[in-house]
Amino acid sequence: MEKSTVRITGPSQIILHGVTKIYGTGSAAMHALQGVDLRIDKGEFVAVMGPSGSGKSTCLNILGCLDTPTSGSYLFEGVEVGKLSRGQRARLRRYYLGFVFQGYNLLNRTSALENVELPLIYRNHPLAERHALARQALGAVGLAGWETHTPGELSGGQQQRVAVARAIVTSPHVLFADEPTGNLDTARSREIMELLTVLNRDRGITIVMVTHEPDMAAYAKRIVRFVDGRVDSDERNDKEAA
Amino acid sequence: MIWNAFLLALRELRRNVLRSFLTILGIVIGVAAVIVMVTLGSGATVQVSQQIASLGSNVVIIIPGQMGPGRGSSVAPFNDSDVEAIARDIGDLKAIAPTATKSVTAIYANKNWSTAVTGTTSDYFTAANWVIARGRIFTESELRAGKAVCVIGATVGKELFGAQDPLGNKLRLKNVSCEVIAQLETKGQSVMGRDQDDLIIIPLRTFQRRIAGNRDIAMIQISVRDESAIDRVKSAIERLMRERRHLAPKEENDFSVMDTRQIAQTLTGTTRILTLLLSAVAAVSLLVGGIGIMNIMLVSVTERTREIGIRLAIGAYERDVLTQFLVEAVVLASFGGLFGVLLAIAASAALAQALQVPLILNPGIMILAFLFSGAVGVIFGYFPARRAAQLDPIEALRHE
Repeated sequence: MEKSTVRITGPSQIILHGVTKIYGTGSAAMHALQGVDLRIDKGEFVAVMGPSGSGKSTCLNILGCLDTPTSGSYLFEGVEVGKLSRGQRARLRRYYLGFVFQGYNLLNRTSALENVELPLIYRNHPLAERHALARQALGAVGLAGWETHTPGELSGGQQQRVAVARAIVTSPHVLFADEPTGNLDTARSREIMELLTVLNRDRGITIVMVTHEPDMAAYAKRIVRFVDGRVDSDERNDKEAA
Repeated sequence: MIWNAFLLALRELRRNVLRSFLTILGIVIGVAAVIVMVTLGSGATVQVSQQIASLGSNVVIIIPGQMGPGRGSSVAPFNDSDVEAIARDIGDLKAIAPTATKSVTAIYANKNWSTAVTGTTSDYFTAANWVIARGRIFTESELRAGKAVCVIGATVGKELFGAQDPLGNKLRLKNVSCEVIAQLETKGQSVMGRDQDDLIIIPLRTFQRRIAGNRDIAMIQISVRDESAIDRVKSAIERLMRERRHLAPKEENDFSVMDTRQIAQTLTGTTRILTLLLSAVAAVSLLVGGIGIMNIMLVSVTERTREIGIRLAIGAYERDVLTQFLVEAVVLASFGGLFGVLLAIAASAALAQALQVPLILNPGIMILAFLFSGAVGVIFGYFPARRAAQLDPIEALRHE
């Protein structure tokens, strides 16, 4: 439907150039990002690492069009995001981006199926199609049969898988994950990471994941490290976790 | 789009049944109060009109003297020739009944009952809107000869005869032994609270000769054929009576010509004002109900900040969130309106029964109250909805 308005024009899907983010003003100003340059190509799986306060989450929020840079340029598939209005950024999120959060962020007292359907409702899919797509997505994350369960009735790992299903049900171009395994034990974490790996490999979804666990970052093809609001290192990860 | 929002709203409200119920309670009570007040008010108005109608239809009453304070009662009463003159000279009359009334103790067997005895003609039953329950009215010869027959009201019948059939029995008025020829259909209390059924009617001639001892007529009660003719009839009677009573042009009338419309207007006017006043008070409670909705919606925005963050993050536009909250408020308020209408119907029926007022359900006011409650939802839901929609997604997501 509205999807045809934006097409890939640049060489990279995501291009950050000299991006800064300053919270507050004057002496209380906090420089979260101090000139970030970053390119991410379609189909990449990038882990963003760094100590607390290094600006990695701020960067992810800007990439996810939840926040805008104070200065610098952010081109998403050739579109300058900084110049977009609130509504236009919401539109980018609606049609191109998916999110997975540390705290799952599912709607309480709402069944897994209804949670996964939610983005489709905003995309005005008809009911039958919504159900089919949501069931498919739940199946893809290994939760077939759990459709009617509410988050309260699901384990942390299952909740996060519902969140992943919600993120991919719209077939986004990029999936952003902010510490997706932060609340899970190692076994559950590995399940989620394997799920993300499969999505990246089989569906070609670009994944940008913030994490502070090297074990989880090891699943990514590329690891970007932030220190003090700047990219400190950016290297390919050749020894991908098995 | 709107349908989706409606379904989402329903889902949301179902998840918080208790809170939803408490939220709409104010609206329910407000709507119900307005409708009940209007319903009972119009019932009371109709009741007053009915009671006035029971006085007789299109009635004009002529009494000697002027109504009002500071006037002596020493004016001449009417006489038979006045009645004849009116009957002869004034058209459009359905009935003309001269009456004279006196308080007398009626006696039957060992019981006595103090009541009002009215002497009049057969026209009185028409003019005063009396229906014969059982028996017959006076014959021409009984009227002319002044026979000792009487028609009794339901109260008199009950007090003197009890379960016994009064027809054909003789009761004593002063020293007159009167045969009961009919009993009247009951009329109940008058607007002023007087028992209208407490009366005995006898032929005028009998009353003049044997009860009053004079030929005075205290009141002439007229029923006009058509309501539109009432004013013309009244002024014609006034002119005729001034002439007959030899009043100089500048002299005031020493008699009064009244019609029941005046009484009716005054009384229904009063009930209308009362209804309006009570409805206004009820409307204030509806407004308070609206503010209740706004409060809950504002609380709900705060409580659901994170949810709003999630929605915004996965692609909801500002207007989606705005619509959602607005629709929720409207759905809430409409449910409140609906329950209010149902409650009002039940309460009106119960109260109408208890207060013995006719139940007149007014669909207009119900629709109005329902629409108003919907409007309350829009107006008081808008501010919280806008606040929710303008939340910053990141801030909202971080909210615990």
